Amino acid sequence: MTLADAERRLPASARWRRAVSNGRVSAVLILLPPALILFTMFVTLPLGESAWYSFFNWNGYGTPSNFVGFGNYERILNHSVFHIAVGNTLKIVAISLLVQMPLALFLALLIYKKTPTNAVFRLVFFLPYILAEVAAGLIWSFVFDGNYGVTASIAQSFGLGNVFILSDPDLAFMAIMTVIVWKYFGFHMMIYIAALQSVPQDQIEAARIEGASRWQVVRYVQIPHIRPAIAVSAFFAIIGALQVFDVIIPLTNGGPSNQTHTIVTYLYTFGLTRLNIGFGSAVGVILFIGAVTVAVFYQRIFMKRAEA
Amino acid sequence: MTRNILRVTLLLIVASFVLAPMIATILGGFKTNAEIRTNALGLPAMWNTEFYGQIITDPAFWRYLRNSLIISVGSVVLTLIVGAAAAYVFAQIRFFGSRMLFSYILLGLMFPFATAILPLFIKVRDIGLLDTWWAVILPQTAFSLSLAILLFRTFFAQLPKELFEAAYIDGCGYVRFFWRFTLPLSAPILATVGVFVFVQSWNNFLLPLVVLNSREVFTWPLGMMQFRGEYVTQWNLTLAFVTLTIVPAIVFFLAAQKYIVAGLTGGAVKG
Repeated sequence: MTLADAERRLPASARWRRAVSNGRVSAVLILLPPALILFTMFVTLPLGESAWYSFFNWNGYGTPSNFVGFGNYERILNHSVFHIAVGNTLKIVAISLLVQMPLALFLALLIYKKTPTNAVFRLVFFLPYILAEVAAGLIWSFVFDGNYGVTASIAQSFGLGNVFILSDPDLAFMAIMTVIVWKYFGFHMMIYIAALQSVPQDQIEAARIEGASRWQVVRYVQIPHIRPAIAVSAFFAIIGALQVFDVIIPLTNGGPSNQTHTIVTYLYTFGLTRLNIGFGSAVGVILFIGAVTVAVFYQRIFMKRAEA
Repeated sequence: MTRNILRVTLLLIVASFVLAPMIATILGGFKTNAEIRTNALGLPAMWNTEFYGQIITDPAFWRYLRNSLIISVGSVVLTLIVGAAAAYVFAQIRFFGSRMLFSYILLGLMFPFATAILPLFIKVRDIGLLDTWWAVILPQTAFSLSLAILLFRTFFAQLPKELFEAAYIDGCGYVRFFWRFTLPLSAPILATVGVFVFVQSWNNFLLPLVVLNSREVFTWPLGMMQFRGEYVTQWNLTLAFVTLTIVPAIVFFLAAQKYIVAGLTGGAVKG
């Protein structure tokens, strides 16, 4: 019988007296409040305030008084740039799921075994992920620079004129998606590698002995085994797409002519830099709803399947 | 055999795509601007070190790094102390409402930072913290707490119960047990969370961008963007600046690899 069990048999009043005398009450009162206060003050309160501010037309000074109801939401949903931002965010989701994740899985299958060469490749592929997004954005804005960049050098050597990829409305977002794949595929690959290493070796061998081809082993043994890891990486890809900001600022800053905004750069540009606090807060609320929807869907669909 | 050659060739192609932009950046810092125009990717004709020298001798560069370091270390220390203390209560002591409070903290895992960025700006401004290190440290810590407390609680709950009971019979109270035993025994998880928070803080851009306005308190990502704006026609200087910030990051990664990868897979719990 442990101490806790013994205590549970005492009547409530005696339990409380014991809790006070053995320091449990003071432990709760000393150790818990700092976290609760910080969290409430800088996470939950701002979130509630976002919802509150979103009903006002407010520049951030004084108290919000110009109540506009759902006016901000209406303006956002009718704003063509917001449509572009949402479309771009969805494009990032699509490219993550259809290009980045298959690429990461393919590479993970090539290098998941623990050998020295594989370790080197793993390290190299993971490098972009550890760079700051802003640094990655700057590096690639150099690569794509029409006068100085790497693509310019290549275009010149083929006798083509200068190409200004980042100021071309059609090409700029393709360039951004290239950077995103470059930056994040290593992260997804690492998730798959960890999962692949835990696939029981005897199952793979058994399949081999039964005459399964390499592809069949991948398709019917390894991939089913790492399905939870794939679900996790899909979740990260989607949640990540909702938050893309840092990379865009050095690359295009949302331009040319607002063609490369994502939801967060839209929030920043039209909410904060113009001090439309109410408007920007409404964008924040929409983003919040999006993120929670993704999280709930993820838990409903994938968690259940993973348990089954 | 041929299969393996094919495999390695493929991997080398991907590796060169991954490394080329970084190598071009590092080499670019040695080239004159005119050379970059004609030779963006290759080795420099002459290895000029003056551009790197110009950055290293710029006091602003070191100030940016110092600000980033202070903010990151501050966030790590605060997250570890505040987060571990709360997680200890959640792991050790059951009381009325403790489960509810734990779920409340976990709410923070659900949504991205950006959703609350405008009210955060207003709040930080109204408290009078705008343009201070605290303006970044406090919100950043608050947003790291959910994941930190989740990971800590799981770890603390796995520590042997007998240890606490023995200490308790010897007259050791809850708070003292936390300092004397729980924290020292939890070094691995503290390191994992610490590295995770540090890297996030070191690379953070949106929050500092919103709450820091004067160059005196700029973190290095802000300083780098500022620098880029000032020397917009001189790529070699910008590239030297970028190199001097990414090389330490890579070295740090190689040194703390174990914890970073653990922190990331730990971060995968976030689902």
